[in-house]
Amino acid sequence: MTENDPINQDYQKAVIELLYQLADDDFIHAFRGSEWLGLAPHIEEDVAFSSISQDTMGHTAMFYRLLEELGEGSADHLAQGRSSIERKNCVLVELVNGPGNYMEKPRYDWAFAVVRNYFYTQAKAIKIQSLKNSSYKPLSDAAVKVKMELYFHLLHWKTWFTQLMTSTDEARKRMEEATERVFAELDGVFSQGSYRVKIVDFGLIEDETILRKLWIQELSPIFQSINLTMPESFGMKHGNGRDGEHTGDLEQAIQTLSEVYRLNPAAAW
Amino acid sequence: MIATNEEVWKVLLGVNDPEINTVSIVDLGMVESINIGREEIRIKIIPTFLGCPALPIIQKNIENAVKEAIEVSEVTVEFVCSAPWTSDRITERGREGLQAFGISPPPRHIKENGEWQVDCPYCGSTYVTFDNLFGPTACRSILYCRSCKNPFEAMKPMSTDM
Repeated sequence: MTENDPINQDYQKAVIELLYQLADDDFIHAFRGSEWLGLAPHIEEDVAFSSISQDTMGHTAMFYRLLEELGEGSADHLAQGRSSIERKNCVLVELVNGPGNYMEKPRYDWAFAVVRNYFYTQAKAIKIQSLKNSSYKPLSDAAVKVKMELYFHLLHWKTWFTQLMTSTDEARKRMEEATERVFAELDGVFSQGSYRVKIVDFGLIEDETILRKLWIQELSPIFQSINLTMPESFGMKHGNGRDGEHTGDLEQAIQTLSEVYRLNPAAAW
Repeated sequence: MIATNEEVWKVLLGVNDPEINTVSIVDLGMVESINIGREEIRIKIIPTFLGCPALPIIQKNIENAVKEAIEVSEVTVEFVCSAPWTSDRITERGREGLQAFGISPPPRHIKENGEWQVDCPYCGSTYVTFDNLFGPTACRSILYCRSCKNPFEAMKPMSTDM
């Protein structure tokens, strides 16, 4: 196969599309996580959550580097120089942490943070497990590495989730409300967008329906143990981020995180 | 030949983890391969954790150390994922170095139920409690020794079975 071979070109396009989904998901997710710095419920959580966000940003950088190697531009530019319409992340990760903002009166929602992080991390673990068998070697190598780090993240969020769900009445109520909000966008996390068929046919990762099923299988016993019902279906309330549909929250996130980069894109980091 | 493989390994033994100055990157098991060309030395490094902010510092330190010891125009350090870093890559000398720094080396075994045991690096007691699975750097956890009443850190276990 040569570079001009149509199959080769198609394959590369599918790899690039999947990498954008993985990179953009982790990037915005890690950014939202980093916005909790100094605001977590207690000091140990501050250490833990910021460490998790740092790991996730490391995964992001690795995914963007793989895109860089495929000629998509520099990793810094891919992370900070693209507009919201070009982003392929799911809507769930872009939603704000709560009312207010980091610089002014943040009144963030810890229940939402716990549920979003737990459900997202579990979905990521299932994708990463599938990527271990990816036909694209750099991705299957990376998956082995990411999987080990995720083990600790998952353990952390699962603990918070089950403890708050079985805590006070108020905690339970808030957690159930947060769970509903996350389920309303959870389909977007699994979505593979308009490239789905090619991504799956080329053996890059399993189909989204299989990944969703594995997620339900994994979480059902946890739900049962805390007396929570798994909904019949999930949603994509604010659209499919894989196809460029986003909320104003993403625009705000990009404006904030790229502020320094936009001042001088040539500056060394 | 501008240098032998052995000479380069020896240089790398002198490059310590910037945050744990009692352990070299060789003993941490981070060096994957050394390739010596006619004018260039290429070194492949395995990151312990992908988001570790010490990686660019380690890269710079390797380049400087090799260039200082060996007459070579180009030293390339490449971070690779082709082999995953696991905590059993740490050598015996590396484990001693960690302990000397007040960090418990990673457990050699993880039980089937996912549990592992850590001993106090100061007094060796097994009577310790976990304060935080996460710590000041990506690779460490925070613990407390109930026997000698010292807080301490431990390297997280990393295994492909996880």
